[in-house]
Amino acid sequence: MSDDDFWAAMRRTTQSRIGLGRTGDTMALADVLAFRASHAMARDAVHVPLDVEALGRDLEAAGHGTPYEVTSRVADRGEYLRRPDLGRLPADLDHLPTDTGADVGIVLVDGLSGQALTDHAAGLVTALVRALGPGSSVAPLVVATNARVALGDHVGERLGVETLLVLVGERPGLSVPSSLGIYLTHHPRPGRRDSERNCISNVHPPDGLDYDTAARIAASLVTGARALGRSGVDLKDTSRAVEAAPASPAL
Amino acid sequence: MRGVTVFRQTLGATTYTFDHLVDLMAKASPRRSGDELAGCAAETDAERAAAQWALAEVPLDLFLTELLVPAETDDVTRLILDQHDRGAYAAISHLTVGGLRDWLLDTVTRPDAAERLAAVRWGLTPEMVAAVSKLMRNQDLVTVARAVQVTTAFRTTVGLPGRFSTRLQPNHPTDDPRGVTAATLDGLLLGAGDAVLGINPATDSPQAVNDLLHLLDDIRTRYEIPTQSCVLTHVTTSIGLMEAGAPVDLVFQSIAGTQGANEGFGITLEMLREADQAARELQRGTVGQNVMYFETGQGSALSAGAHLGTGDRPVDQQTLETRAYAVARELDPFLVNTVVGFIGPEYLYDGKQVVRAGLEDHFCGKLLGLQMGVDVCYTNHTEADQDDMDVLLTMLTAARVGFVICVPGADDVMLGYQSLAYHDALYARDVFGLRPAPEFEAWLARAGLMSEAGRMLPVDPGTSVLRALGAGA
Repeated sequence: MSDDDFWAAMRRTTQSRIGLGRTGDTMALADVLAFRASHAMARDAVHVPLDVEALGRDLEAAGHGTPYEVTSRVADRGEYLRRPDLGRLPADLDHLPTDTGADVGIVLVDGLSGQALTDHAAGLVTALVRALGPGSSVAPLVVATNARVALGDHVGERLGVETLLVLVGERPGLSVPSSLGIYLTHHPRPGRRDSERNCISNVHPPDGLDYDTAARIAASLVTGARALGRSGVDLKDTSRAVEAAPASPAL
Repeated sequence: MRGVTVFRQTLGATTYTFDHLVDLMAKASPRRSGDELAGCAAETDAERAAAQWALAEVPLDLFLTELLVPAETDDVTRLILDQHDRGAYAAISHLTVGGLRDWLLDTVTRPDAAERLAAVRWGLTPEMVAAVSKLMRNQDLVTVARAVQVTTAFRTTVGLPGRFSTRLQPNHPTDDPRGVTAATLDGLLLGAGDAVLGINPATDSPQAVNDLLHLLDDIRTRYEIPTQSCVLTHVTTSIGLMEAGAPVDLVFQSIAGTQGANEGFGITLEMLREADQAARELQRGTVGQNVMYFETGQGSALSAGAHLGTGDRPVDQQTLETRAYAVARELDPFLVNTVVGFIGPEYLYDGKQVVRAGLEDHFCGKLLGLQMGVDVCYTNHTEADQDDMDVLLTMLTAARVGFVICVPGADDVMLGYQSLAYHDALYARDVFGLRPAPEFEAWLARAGLMSEAGRMLPVDPGTSVLRALGAGA
């Protein structure tokens, strides 16, 4: 087996930049240029705004109704990057329903990749609703722009849901420009700590977690949080399914 | 009664006033977005320069009475006071912050610099070390850090003179064992992994972490690689897995510099002590028994809303970062690294700020006695690129950093950020004439991967000793 064949077989198992060519000890030029191109595209992706209307149409077409829209208190993407505190606060929630009494709320947050919501939100929401089953009521969907995970706490409290799932666009990587994370918070309210959340990251089929697997894990965590009365580091899913790390400080 | 000092400094026609040491420390900090976000940064360059003048004249003794974070409400502060060794402090107790800067730069020119610096290690508090770093230029941070010697050991010895170690980080977005194996093989073929084979798992499920622990342990034992593995999961998960008999070499945890921020991570000092004891009792190390691995990073306390100090004033993020090293050194860890550029532009805005913070964290951690590594890295929403990482890596290697983190092609496909490439470590070793940890270096030679001159050979992976790790095998 040649060197190229050897690595080609391994590349089917990971998007990692394995088996790069060497010039002396240094990366081959083609790999350096490919890296620069990927970096340029990932940087551009951070600044592309979410197409809220298109996302709304996709969610409606998938049978999830018209989502409510909220924005954070930042003015633009530049301020979004510099002011995470403002990205965690909603500008206005008065148009949202109150006290829905729903078991689960789902908030779609653009985070650092609106594209990730465009690519994966409708599919993941469909899988989540299916995995939660008819026994769980789900509040109307809310889409939040220029927002961070903790903005969901305000929405969840307003909606009066027992458990909140925030689907957030994760920071674009070089090889994975479009990936969703799910943050679960039981009894959401402003001031919740990161250690009171559970996270499932890297939802981006076909290379990352697929929708059904992610949804199954989320549903099992919802059940676990309900039994335990809280979410976060104390919630350990000991089934084969996954329970994720405490929220990353960057969100 | 603890005093509250007001500091004044005149620069030109303007007199600047700094209310309490907390404010003076923040205003004297080199500019960074996180302090601006917290509202504690100097408002002008002139105010920053004035604060540095005033800080230079502050006696070190003041840090023992004017606490930046109250002891009544913060267990990290109480730990810092408990750790302080009056005997070790005696040699420097007469100094001001500026005097300490001069003492350090003079000491490094002496033949017994390493011994002298080690002798004051427990006489220095994190706040004193953070303060002096604010007065030091980047080259000062390099030259002093370079003179500090810290050696730790498990199956390899890290930090010996002339050595440069790496963490091999084979992350995969779904923890796929074949994908993790592929990235591990790639790193081993390029000589990486003598500090640790360390995976950030995509999930924290004990079963998934257990699977990854076995995967790494099987590779290590199959090829008799003298190194250690770690799956970077929450400390409580590791404690549970050790009880269940999983092959845990190093116990990982993210830590921070205030009690509130550590609560945000879901940890207490007691939890860390329990994990340390449990891992030591496993006796899995061969050349040493340092078993803890910590990560830190400027901005983590602010991110958790746990960054306020005395009088509810915001404490600057670099001082809080340095306080996390008090937590770390309490456990005599094998490895510590700052994740410097990972946390994002709201804390370190661009390449200049990331480079400065990386050098500060390394200097402060090493001076306090830690085996300090750095994740030389940046995210795609930070104003930085590979050229900035080259600058930081080169300066850190000159400063004899304990270890750096490496991934295939500098691209971490699971965490979505850029760390160093395995190739970058070869560059650093070559330019500074450094070798991997001795136990690991001997294995690389035995395995036919390294030449006698210490160069990584361009071996054909399909015929190498590691060929069975390939997908077709």
